[in-house]
Amino acid sequence: MPTPSRSWREIPQRYRLEAGKCTGCGFICFPPRLVCPRCGSREFTKTKLADSGKLLTYTIIRVAPHQYVDQAPYAVGIAEQDDGTNLTAQIVDCDFQDLKIGMRVKIEFRKIYEEGEAGVILYGYKFVKE
Amino acid sequence: MRNVAVIGVGMAKWGELWGKSLRDIFVETALLAIEDAGLDRIDSMYVGCMSPGLFIGQEHLASLLPDYLGRNPVPTVRVESACSSGGLALRQGFIDVASGMSNIVLVGGVEKMTDVNGHEATYALGTAADQEYEGYHGLTFPGLYAMMAHAHMAKYGTTREQLAMVAVKNHDNGSKNPLAQFPFKITIEGVLGSVLVADPLRVLDCSPITDGAAAVILCPLDMAKRMKKPGVRIAGSGHATDTIALSSRRDITWIESTHLAAQKALAMAGRKIEDINLFEVHDCFTIAEIMATEALGIVKKGQGGKAVQEGLTSLRGRFPVNPSGGLKAKGHPVGATGVAQAVEVVKQLRGEAGARQVGGAKLGLTQNMGGTGGSSVVHIFEAE
Repeated sequence: MPTPSRSWREIPQRYRLEAGKCTGCGFICFPPRLVCPRCGSREFTKTKLADSGKLLTYTIIRVAPHQYVDQAPYAVGIAEQDDGTNLTAQIVDCDFQDLKIGMRVKIEFRKIYEEGEAGVILYGYKFVKE
Repeated sequence: MRNVAVIGVGMAKWGELWGKSLRDIFVETALLAIEDAGLDRIDSMYVGCMSPGLFIGQEHLASLLPDYLGRNPVPTVRVESACSSGGLALRQGFIDVASGMSNIVLVGGVEKMTDVNGHEATYALGTAADQEYEGYHGLTFPGLYAMMAHAHMAKYGTTREQLAMVAVKNHDNGSKNPLAQFPFKITIEGVLGSVLVADPLRVLDCSPITDGAAAVILCPLDMAKRMKKPGVRIAGSGHATDTIALSSRRDITWIESTHLAAQKALAMAGRKIEDINLFEVHDCFTIAEIMATEALGIVKKGQGGKAVQEGLTSLRGRFPVNPSGGLKAKGHPVGATGVAQAVEVVKQLRGEAGARQVGGAKLGLTQNMGGTGGSSVVHIFEAE
């Protein structure tokens, strides 16, 4: 089991959607990075990711990795947020037959999974229908 | 840079090899390649293996493998680039011989995947994706390719039946390959009726969990001319990378790293894609073969589904893709796959491919990719 620092250091982006906006070209990096992949700049201003967008694609996971077995089947998708950033997350509170490419989604803060009985409870963002 | 030839190939039966360990599988296969080349000297080794740490709890293959092959102190490098580990090991061996640093190089690939259960294997394979921003949300490899499939279907009208046709074609070819894990035919109805893994992909859209290895022996072309087997020259080698996360790509229906690697390999070989007689591509999922045929330039963007439906990529088609059975029917021991593709192409160019022989093949291409296309390696082989 990983030490709590592995999830603790991701808190700014996972809990608060903190992103880095490149001062050179305006590209928004989520998660934040040290180097802009578009223009090579190393200067960023802190920004918050747009919290809604539209679904680019999705799937329903029926065979899950061991830590998610109890949750299967569950939906996961990539959504283009309204600031142009693409984000991957689970899609919840939505019947599978209602999933559609192009549908509007918004981000909500949810529990992701638990590392067994004695481990950390992990949180983060998921998509729900807007 | 020196010209480089393949002078020996080795592969044994793939499958769920409960009685054999990783070291057994590697050594058995390496010996086949050494015997095929008919020489008893190795200057260095490169071995593709994705995740022995997660699959069998063993790292340091750079010591273990030459040890059990009885070849210490031969310098050995384990190469890891997820599912393209084998193709990348081949490229490193090629660079070693081409540079003049080594003369005889053994390139191997191996994976022992059945010592863990299915969920643990799914986890291990998932580490080829972005663990913090894809794996964290419960994504699996079938899930990532399923998302590519949905997007491809929405954008280009690729059909569920066309995906199934890739699996049916590759099993037709694999039924002619006695070393394949699943050397039998399947039907479109069989694929469409198989259990869902990640919508829209079903279990018969997915390459299997496999134990297996593959090996080739490289040497300078001048030296190869004095060897017993007909020489096959590595005419081109290309390698490119892309973002680890699928969501970071500019277009999730296009594999840019494969496109760039192919452009580099074709430029080195001085060839066009139309010159190539057969292709071994990375069909880890049916949609992956469709996208690979587009990225290589065999067909235009969005036309990969139509190509398989019209028989363009079948064994007797204009551009035979995966005569070996591909990852789908032959099996996919991840680190071995890229090397096994080279083994198949060399056999085809030597005219040793039996019932699945592509008549008169002079040029063959391999395309091996890691993750969702975060890395791709392309090689072009030419009969001498």
